[in-house]
Amino acid sequence: MTGEMIRTPLRPLARILGARQNGENPDWIERENIRKRHEVMRDKSREMAEGRLIVLGLFFLAGFALIGARMTLLAVSEPVEPRATATTSQIIAQRADIVDRHGRVLATNFDTHSLYAHPQDLIDPAKAVADLTKIFPDLDAERLLKDFTGDRKFLWIKRKISPEQKQAVHDIGEPGLLFGPREMRLYPNGSIAAHVLGGASFGKEAVNSAEVIGTAGVEKHFDEYLRDPARDGAPLELSLDLTVQAAAERVLDGGMRLFNAKGAASVLMDVHTGEVISLVSLPDFDPNERPRPLTEGDQSDSPLFNRALQGVYELGSAFKIFTAAQAMELGLANPETQVNTQGPLKWGRFTIGEFQNKNYGPTLTLTRVIEKSSNIGTARLAMEIGNTRQKAFLRELGFLEPTPLEMVEAKGAAPLYPSNWSELSTMTISYGHGISTSPLHLAAGYASLLNGGRKVQPTLLKQTRAQLGEQVVRPEVSAAARAMLRRVVTEGTASFGDVAGYAVGGKTGTADKPRPRGGYYDDRTITTFASVFPADDPKYVLVVTLDEPVETSGEKPRRSAGWTAVPVAAELIRRTAPLLGLRPEIEPATLQGITLTSSE
Amino acid sequence: MKSFLYSLCALAVMGLAFWAYSENYRTQESIAKVESLHQDIAAARSRVAVLKAEWAYLNRPDRLRDLAELNYPRLELLPLAPEQFGAIDQIAYPRPDLPELPVSGLPITDPVDVMERSE
Repeated sequence: MTGEMIRTPLRPLARILGARQNGENPDWIERENIRKRHEVMRDKSREMAEGRLIVLGLFFLAGFALIGARMTLLAVSEPVEPRATATTSQIIAQRADIVDRHGRVLATNFDTHSLYAHPQDLIDPAKAVADLTKIFPDLDAERLLKDFTGDRKFLWIKRKISPEQKQAVHDIGEPGLLFGPREMRLYPNGSIAAHVLGGASFGKEAVNSAEVIGTAGVEKHFDEYLRDPARDGAPLELSLDLTVQAAAERVLDGGMRLFNAKGAASVLMDVHTGEVISLVSLPDFDPNERPRPLTEGDQSDSPLFNRALQGVYELGSAFKIFTAAQAMELGLANPETQVNTQGPLKWGRFTIGEFQNKNYGPTLTLTRVIEKSSNIGTARLAMEIGNTRQKAFLRELGFLEPTPLEMVEAKGAAPLYPSNWSELSTMTISYGHGISTSPLHLAAGYASLLNGGRKVQPTLLKQTRAQLGEQVVRPEVSAAARAMLRRVVTEGTASFGDVAGYAVGGKTGTADKPRPRGGYYDDRTITTFASVFPADDPKYVLVVTLDEPVETSGEKPRRSAGWTAVPVAAELIRRTAPLLGLRPEIEPATLQGITLTSSE
Repeated sequence: MKSFLYSLCALAVMGLAFWAYSENYRTQESIAKVESLHQDIAAARSRVAVLKAEWAYLNRPDRLRDLAELNYPRLELLPLAPEQFGAIDQIAYPRPDLPELPVSGLPITDPVDVMERSE
């Protein structure tokens, strides 16, 4: 209200004078003017206040609009963590590869596609069905048409399709046929090492991805480990050797056919590290198309059945070396001790006789007992050892528990042995009857006994150094046992087992198959050859088992291990030893073990 | 004097704000670049995985064995045998001149695929 305004005077002289003449009070004019002036002032300040309110209102509006817009933006956008740096390593969501000991791929992943349909989007369902059945002949056209024309909104057509098939489906040009990315587990080597690898299938499935889960073998045992994103895609390194495994499967398959066997198994194991170099069970299957388990009948007839791990059989005389080794360990005998082999050996109403009722005379040295495979001699030794000590020794070698191999099936393969370990059991178990174990048990037992006497556990993981387990027998006993096994090959029942340059030592085992209703078949056997090579400096043990083999070149069919499992094992060693990098050696003239008697 | 300081401060604030702004944009740009590189790496990795799988598939022992058998007349490949281990003194030195290999026989440029060949 200052100077620049043109002010109306409060007391205009002309009006005052006029008013005085009329006898009016001139103060009224002044008041009238003051009132008017105040009205103007009030209007002005009101206008200003209104303007300010509008501006303030606009500010608020802008603020609310901003917040509202931001909230909408946040609500519609994907949540993202605020970050100042880029992640340095990408998390690998893929299932890790499985490789053999030399890094060769045994299982890997392959990006492929799945095919699904939205029937409501199909333009011409009949044509789509016709075209699809042309691409996938295994599809059921009628059923597909029913699904396409029914009320289904979603339908899987194929879980895995190849890029060519995808292109062909794409070319149909049907908007209702859609593809989702799929990661597929691929076993590039087909059936090689099928039992060890097991297989994989899809777990939880969605359109844009599916979980790959292991269904058997190492795939299942290491499922968590293979799927762990923190491992950054590092492959799982197995102890298997792909080349050796392939060669072993080839040789074993040939042997199985040659001897008309129903099945065959082999285990090749490093004696010091316990690494399983090859584990074969025939018949086998293709893990890319893993067959379904049998719904009826004996599971052991299924190709899925792993004879080397799950098949518990009475493995027969291959066990005798354990009795002999324990007798030496306990100081009850040395390789030259004379053992009473006078038959028949009676225990209660049971009679223990020799294989094919042979007679080995009144006594044999311990070495010859093993070499000739005398049941009576071994049983007499076991009597001296006693059932408690025998059981403890076999437990120590791992024969009474499932093997700790890293496969889901291992836990289920428990050995069978009498709950009441009687004196008779002791006698029969001493030569491998009355106790059923898997070929893998036998391989682990042989490895522990023959590597210098240190216990090893079989493993499928690549190891960098020897397992220094507890000492189960003294190194001298181990050497003596190897010398005996070598004699079995050079002089005894396993003469077909000799492979020039590899000093194979081993023990045969022939066991009649038990009938399902008790008793034994007299024309069905399980033959086993458990071997170690080279016997003077042990590197590997090999166990070969044939199920119901028969050798028909002679007058009578032969079903003993010496005629069946041994030649197969010899061929296997001939083929695989060079692959393992073992060079053939001219054998040392004397074996270390023979000096045992003089050293004590 | 005072107003000069004030305006100097204001200018400094503006300058720093401008610098921070441009730095922020440069950072974002770098992050975006790293991310696209990661994507390239992931793509390359999956390509390598496919190639590895294919390599493993083409080198599967069954196929190699069948190829060796098919090409036996030319290559005469046999399984490794113990007799093939030799001693160093069995190797003649200096190396005798090798006969020229027929150029048409090697190398194998067109391997026979035995994918569908069953036993």
